[in-house]
Amino acid sequence: MSSPEPRARIGLPLLATEIAVLFRRKRTWAMLLALAAVPVLVGVAIRIASGPDSGRAPSFLSQVAGNGLFVGIAALVLTIPLFLPLTVGVVAGDTIAGEAAQGTLRYLLVAPAGRARLLVVKFIGAAVFCFAAPLVVAAAGTLTGLALFPVGPVTLLSGDQVGVGEGLLRLLLLALYTGVSMLGLTAVGLFVSTLTDVPVGAMAATVVLAVTSQVLDQLPQLEAIHPFLLSDSWLGLVDLLRQPPEWSTFGGNALLQLGYVVVFGALAYGRFTTRDVLA
Amino acid sequence: MSAGLAVETDGLGKRFRGRDAVTDLALAVPAGSVFGFLGPNGSGKTTTIRMLLGLVSPTSGSARLLDAPMPDRAAAVLPRVGALVEGPGFAGYLSGAANLARLDSADPLADPRTRRRRIGEALDRVGLSAAAGKRVKAYSLGMKQRLGIANALLRPRDLLVLDEPTNGLDPQGTREVRTLVRGLADDGATVFVSSHLLAEIEQMCTHAAVMRAGRLVAQGTLDELRGPSADDRLHLSTPDPEAAIAALAGAGLEPSRAGAEVVAPLRGRAVEDLVPVLVAAGVRVRGVRMAETSLEERFVALTGEGFDVES
Ligand SMILES: Nc1ncnc2c1ncn2[C@@H]1O[C@H](COP(=O)(O)OP(=O)(O)O)[C@@H](O)[C@H]1O
Ligand SMILES: [Mg+2]
Repeated sequence: MSSPEPRARIGLPLLATEIAVLFRRKRTWAMLLALAAVPVLVGVAIRIASGPDSGRAPSFLSQVAGNGLFVGIAALVLTIPLFLPLTVGVVAGDTIAGEAAQGTLRYLLVAPAGRARLLVVKFIGAAVFCFAAPLVVAAAGTLTGLALFPVGPVTLLSGDQVGVGEGLLRLLLLALYTGVSMLGLTAVGLFVSTLTDVPVGAMAATVVLAVTSQVLDQLPQLEAIHPFLLSDSWLGLVDLLRQPPEWSTFGGNALLQLGYVVVFGALAYGRFTTRDVLA
Repeated sequence: MSAGLAVETDGLGKRFRGRDAVTDLALAVPAGSVFGFLGPNGSGKTTTIRMLLGLVSPTSGSARLLDAPMPDRAAAVLPRVGALVEGPGFAGYLSGAANLARLDSADPLADPRTRRRRIGEALDRVGLSAAAGKRVKAYSLGMKQRLGIANALLRPRDLLVLDEPTNGLDPQGTREVRTLVRGLADDGATVFVSSHLLAEIEQMCTHAAVMRAGRLVAQGTLDELRGPSADDRLHLSTPDPEAAIAALAGAGLEPSRAGAEVVAPLRGRAVEDLVPVLVAAGVRVRGVRMAETSLEERFVALTGEGFDVES
């Protein structure tokens, strides 16, 4: 009695709407704007205070006044410990629990989105945010740097100098590295989000886990587990500022993040495909 | 054994933390019926619907939807099912149309090329065209409820599962939804509609099942549920009451006057056979109606509790 069915789609339309909806939300824009404000504040503060260098500032901040390209780099390093994980935690913690709280989860599943497919779509959507966020920081940093400071060849950590074009390319690499760094946390957030119908709880738990990971990473007594901590290589992005770039850090971090994605992805799958949807 | 059944459950049960919400449920919903799922609040209607749709896994028994086991065949069956479950659920920051587009994109068998048109038609059908671009946040509960029904109608469906579709609607909206539900059946769909209002089921449905505390206490056609129709009465409005009483008595009934009307127990006779008798006897018939045995009395007897007669 039904009309001839078109072939089933693998989920691209759902992914497209998921990403479109994510980036149409005011909350997403507010978070990206807040992140963009970090390099602007850094630039303005350094510009206003541009006296002789106290010498106590972290290395990238002290280089900003001399070369505007360092605004983006400094801002990325500043946002990695808390601001970025905070925004990623909000997006990842909201994935399933947010739909449940809104009452849309049951309708997505009855559509039927398919539980596994919905998880994958939610993960990819949140992952897109993981890359968008550091890219916004880098872009805002670059614009701030261009507006407030001289821009010239970049002196790398290894002492080598690269031109402005190469410097911008390195900044882009740092942003991508940071995006990869956030994927593990996204998978953790996705899993936490399948455990509850209260999105704020899932968001908070995800952010707390990100902070905990960094605290544990500071305890020398726990050195044995440091290489397995989610955040262990978050600040390893600076290894891309050597000549040649230290790709092994990038590779090691990517592998670690992939491990988190696989483990927490599997946990999320196990939980979400078997649980009752009562919201 | 399941031929012709749109919904069939066998020993279906759900236990929440040691308490039974649904027990040993054997539903049989004939294809093409408008099936009322009646029961007071907390009697297990929504839990049953969640099990049918694969949202909740039963603790015992099994369910079949459109001749396929659930939830195993959910991916194949659910595109043919439109559903409203425990009230509407939408993203408040999106417009009604955008919400529908999102849910439609979640259906792997829905054609994106026809999406816009189908959304327009569904919104039109529930009278929400004018509010299509408004954020759902600004919708009244009744509008959200209708948007939920529009979502169920995004594609031609073989089965519609509507959980208390008139909840939160004003009397006008309630009437519209009831008319809509009857219209859906005319399109060939089976409609499975839950309600705690007896009158509503009586107006919309061909069949019904009655739940009480998680158990099925009766199911069948409305006539079957009503039981023997020996108590049905003919109510006649006429300017010639004496002639009417004589004519009806001549036809073997025991008529009497009741106010402005002449009333006679039908005793199994059909109204349509009696009207010609009256006319032949020169009785001017102004109006005829049949008063059926009240379902309500029957249901109160079945369930031991009353239902709200009208919202
Ligand atoms: N998530 C839940 N956890 C525990 N008990 C529940 C849950 N959902 C429903 N129940 C219980 O199951 C029974 C049936 O509820 P429900 O199916 O919602 O009834 P109805 O839809 O007929 O009003 C009620 O006793 C209710 O308290
Ligand atoms: Mg209910």
